[in-house]
Amino acid sequence: MSTTKHKTTSTERLMAAYFRYWLRMLAYAAQGSRAYYVWMGSLAVVIVIGLYNWVQQLKHGFVVTNLSDQVSWGAYIANFTFLVGVAAAAVLLVVPAYAFHRDDVKKVVLLGELLAVSAIVMCLGFVVVDIGHPERALHLLRLNLPRSMLAWDVVVLNGYLLLNLHIPGYLLWKTYRGERPNKSRYLPLVFVSMFWAVSIHTVTAFLYSGLGARPFWNSAVLAPRFLISAFAGGPPILLLALYLVRQHLKFDISGSVFRMLLNIVRVMLPIHFFLFGAEMFTELYTDAHHAVAVHYLYFGHEGANMLVPYSWASLLLNVFALVLFFQKDILHKPVWVGIACVSLVVGIWMEKGMGLLIPGFFPTPLGDLVEYIPSVTEFWVCMGIWALGIFLYSGMAKVAVAILQGDLRDPSSSSAASAKGEEEKDGGEDA
Amino acid sequence: MTELVKLRRSKKHRERARQAAQSRAAQRDEVVVDRALSAKSARRGFLKGLGVASATAAAVGTTGCDDGDWDKFFQSHYKEMNAAEKAKVFERIQKEQKKTYGTDVQLHDPPPLDGVRFAFAISLSRCNGNRRCVTACQEENNQGGDPTIAYIKVLEVDAGSLLPEHGDLYFDDETVPQPGKVYMPVQCNQCDNPPCTKACPVEATWQEKDGIVVVDYDWCIGCRYCMAACPYEARHFNFTEPKLNPATMNTQQGYLSNRPRPKGVVEKCHFCLHRTRNGHYPACLEACPTGARKFGNILDETSEVATVLREKRVFVLKEELNTIPHVFYFFE
Repeated sequence: MSTTKHKTTSTERLMAAYFRYWLRMLAYAAQGSRAYYVWMGSLAVVIVIGLYNWVQQLKHGFVVTNLSDQVSWGAYIANFTFLVGVAAAAVLLVVPAYAFHRDDVKKVVLLGELLAVSAIVMCLGFVVVDIGHPERALHLLRLNLPRSMLAWDVVVLNGYLLLNLHIPGYLLWKTYRGERPNKSRYLPLVFVSMFWAVSIHTVTAFLYSGLGARPFWNSAVLAPRFLISAFAGGPPILLLALYLVRQHLKFDISGSVFRMLLNIVRVMLPIHFFLFGAEMFTELYTDAHHAVAVHYLYFGHEGANMLVPYSWASLLLNVFALVLFFQKDILHKPVWVGIACVSLVVGIWMEKGMGLLIPGFFPTPLGDLVEYIPSVTEFWVCMGIWALGIFLYSGMAKVAVAILQGDLRDPSSSSAASAKGEEEKDGGEDA
Repeated sequence: MTELVKLRRSKKHRERARQAAQSRAAQRDEVVVDRALSAKSARRGFLKGLGVASATAAAVGTTGCDDGDWDKFFQSHYKEMNAAEKAKVFERIQKEQKKTYGTDVQLHDPPPLDGVRFAFAISLSRCNGNRRCVTACQEENNQGGDPTIAYIKVLEVDAGSLLPEHGDLYFDDETVPQPGKVYMPVQCNQCDNPPCTKACPVEATWQEKDGIVVVDYDWCIGCRYCMAACPYEARHFNFTEPKLNPATMNTQQGYLSNRPRPKGVVEKCHFCLHRTRNGHYPACLEACPTGARKFGNILDETSEVATVLREKRVFVLKEELNTIPHVFYFFE
């Protein structure tokens, strides 16, 4: 009896500590310098504008968007597709950290996993605003498995979110407590998450490539293209995020991590171009009716040419980034690294977003030619979700860095134990 | 709001849509005259009051929560409702319409019949592109959204090609038929291998045993994946809350067919199941002045469609996609 009672109280104590851990993390995220407040405040304003526009959409219906029966998906799903790639790209830190035991990467891997969390939250946000009846979310408990690719996407995305919440959450909690993490509690899941990362982008590609009605998407190379473009476009986002964390949160990140990410781009970006070329060749050389979508994308079709400047801008940005990333001494010029990263991220965002989505609807199966550009409402809803993701990441990165550096630790666990934990952790990292 | 509506479409499309709407409106008047013999001719007389009445209906539009909202929130999937639950849901829907439009509607749920597989056979030699089927369908099926939904799209294609992509959806139906053109009405093909039902993440749409692909409008989450999956543009989204004219709305309704849909859900042609399952022809067939449309049960060898399939050389749209469509086309 007494043992049971004792156990209960210790569990209760642990739960109380865990509750305090969350409160302290939230409190830590809520305080900061004036610049931090300005940053988070501006993001919050954009989130509120986005929310307001979403409410308008809920109230009036999708008539406030520029979507139509012909172009039934637009900016929301375009951003969704791109962000699934960003989430999957976190695996580029997870694999070196855990499979190749790179300690320099291990130190920042949590920041990559938290980036995946923010990306998935944005993905789910874009799905929620894209559906006509978000209040019917409970209907997702009755998923059309195994037939619907969208149902599979719901499963893999939420699974990936849970994995990426658990792994950094557990490691941060242990670090906060000054305890050694129990490998069996997270390491198997880390390896699961590596395959899971591939699955989220594969399923998202299958969502498109499985549609016989849309020849532009109905291509076997779509899933490989998705993954490769994620592995080419993801590292620059990680690079930018880690650079900002290093600058603003004073977190020491080794130059070798940046070099590794740069090298990944150097491998992936040429493959990205190769797959892109293979796709273009097949469409344009065959020159069948199905090539209309590609013609429309790059040259315009029957006077409809809204996407032409957009597609060429995207291609040029990618080529420009390719040239920059292959400059031998680019790492010594942070400004140029920044320019290369931004060009590549924007280029791939354009290509994989609207550039992938819209030609799928052009022409429609019955030959209707309808162009699409997001409405003001759609624009602000998108901005709101992006702001939400950045807001979340800023807060999470701030807290994570504080815990990793020992600035935020459990006051109830004895300082000696905590210091010892820190030492062990540091020792492990240096080895 | 009006400004936002204006933003909806690209300039080019807006122009086309405007022209199409004008021609549809002109057609509607003709229909009133032409179909005077129809049983529903009485209610068509009120069409002129459409503008005023729909404005009234808009004003009545409900906001706020009542008990019905919670029932709706926890409403089960159509396939999982028992008779008692269905009765309760039907009562709610009838009440809602009474409240919104002041009309007494009869809501039915005719089940698919054994040994029946419905199909359409359309004679392209007869169809002359007059679009009567389009408007009759809209009236039968309580279309009141803006933009208006049309289950049937008529394509004007050159006689030398039957490629739908080469067709014109926006031809002027006052000057038809044009020489050298073929008119091809396209609607849901009620496929036996439907890509749309496969796409739906929540099984809000499925094929019934008489071949008709239906949508549970109370289950659809409005993700529009089925629209991307359909190779016939047969699926349509409610971009606004439909506003019906109480005087002209069709009060004979089917739960899975022509009852008023909420905004934010997808709908499609259901072969007028509330009529056809009760032994009547679909509204589009009855409206067709050329007799181009043949409808019936292909499992019944004596039916008109079965005879056409046996004796004519028929074809289907996009056969290569293996959707196994059940709208057949033929020349005489």
